[in-house]
Amino acid sequence: MRAVLIAALVASAVAGAAHAAPDHRKAPKLVVASFTGDPVKGAALYESQCTACHSLDMNRIGPAHRGVVGRKAGTEPGFDYSPALKRAKITWTPANLDRWLSGPINMIPGVRMGFSLDKAEDRHNVIAYLATQTVKKP
Amino acid sequence: MTDQTNLRAPARRGLLFGAAVGLSSAGVLALANVATPAFAKATKKGSAAQDAGLLNAAIALENEGIAAYQIAAESGLLSPGVLKVGILFQSQHKQHRADLAAAVTRLGGKPSEPKTLAEYAKEIDAASLKNEADVLKLALKLERGAANAYLGLIKPIGDADLDLLIARIGSDEAAHVGYLTAAMGQMLPEKAPMFG
Repeated sequence: MRAVLIAALVASAVAGAAHAAPDHRKAPKLVVASFTGDPVKGAALYESQCTACHSLDMNRIGPAHRGVVGRKAGTEPGFDYSPALKRAKITWTPANLDRWLSGPINMIPGVRMGFSLDKAEDRHNVIAYLATQTVKKP
Repeated sequence: MTDQTNLRAPARRGLLFGAAVGLSSAGVLALANVATPAFAKATKKGSAAQDAGLLNAAIALENEGIAAYQIAAESGLLSPGVLKVGILFQSQHKQHRADLAAAVTRLGGKPSEPKTLAEYAKEIDAASLKNEADVLKLALKLERGAANAYLGLIKPIGDADLDLLIARIGSDEAAHVGYLTAAMGQMLPEKAPMFG
């Protein structure tokens, strides 16, 4: 039953649902294939580890992250991507985000992001948090 | 639109800025260590381009930090003491940018250019800053993030000389975090290591 609920959460992220964004504090743990993530822990990690370069709604040093789960790589409007990322024909599934956060330049040589999260648990928690951030603020 | 690099600070700020630049000559010497012909030769062609791209992201980070301190300095929200420190921090970020840009150039790359101050103001939501505490909170968030970001650059860069440059810059960001934490009356985290 829990897995079904989580599958619905991921589907919502992929589709960019039009209803209000789920509150990450209330969201269930994200189970995708072989990993589980805690969006509450992920929110704290995102704040301390990711917000130097990223925010949910603004393109900064890196692209805006709201709705990133399920998005095609290199397609956030208005962001100046590296040629390598523009050429990458991948979708940011949780599994691909896990690979990316393990070592961006190993996954896609030539990209400008070098930062990685070494601990799998940290990556999974951040991905779980991002999966809850699906809809633009009004 | 005005580019951030063209902005002029009031005369008093200019004096402070000049003093800070003078103090940062050690950083320039450190760069000389990094940017030798031997270093350039020792870097493989492919990895040089990769390293230049990664360092350009760091330059973008510094550009945003420089703009954030400029926006804060011009906001009228800062008390004189905090303003003085903010200008010092900004001057150090400018030195970081110069050191990184020199390294990118030596690697055969082109240093990334800053956006306009208006663009940065939008990106950091400067309109939401209502008082000094808001500014300090934003500065702490950006500096802490920068310290973590530089730590995250050490592994993918993988060149000892460039890693040293990155570590030096990251240490400056960590020092900024320490000051800002104290200025906000907060305690440092109980758990070590505090970054990364």
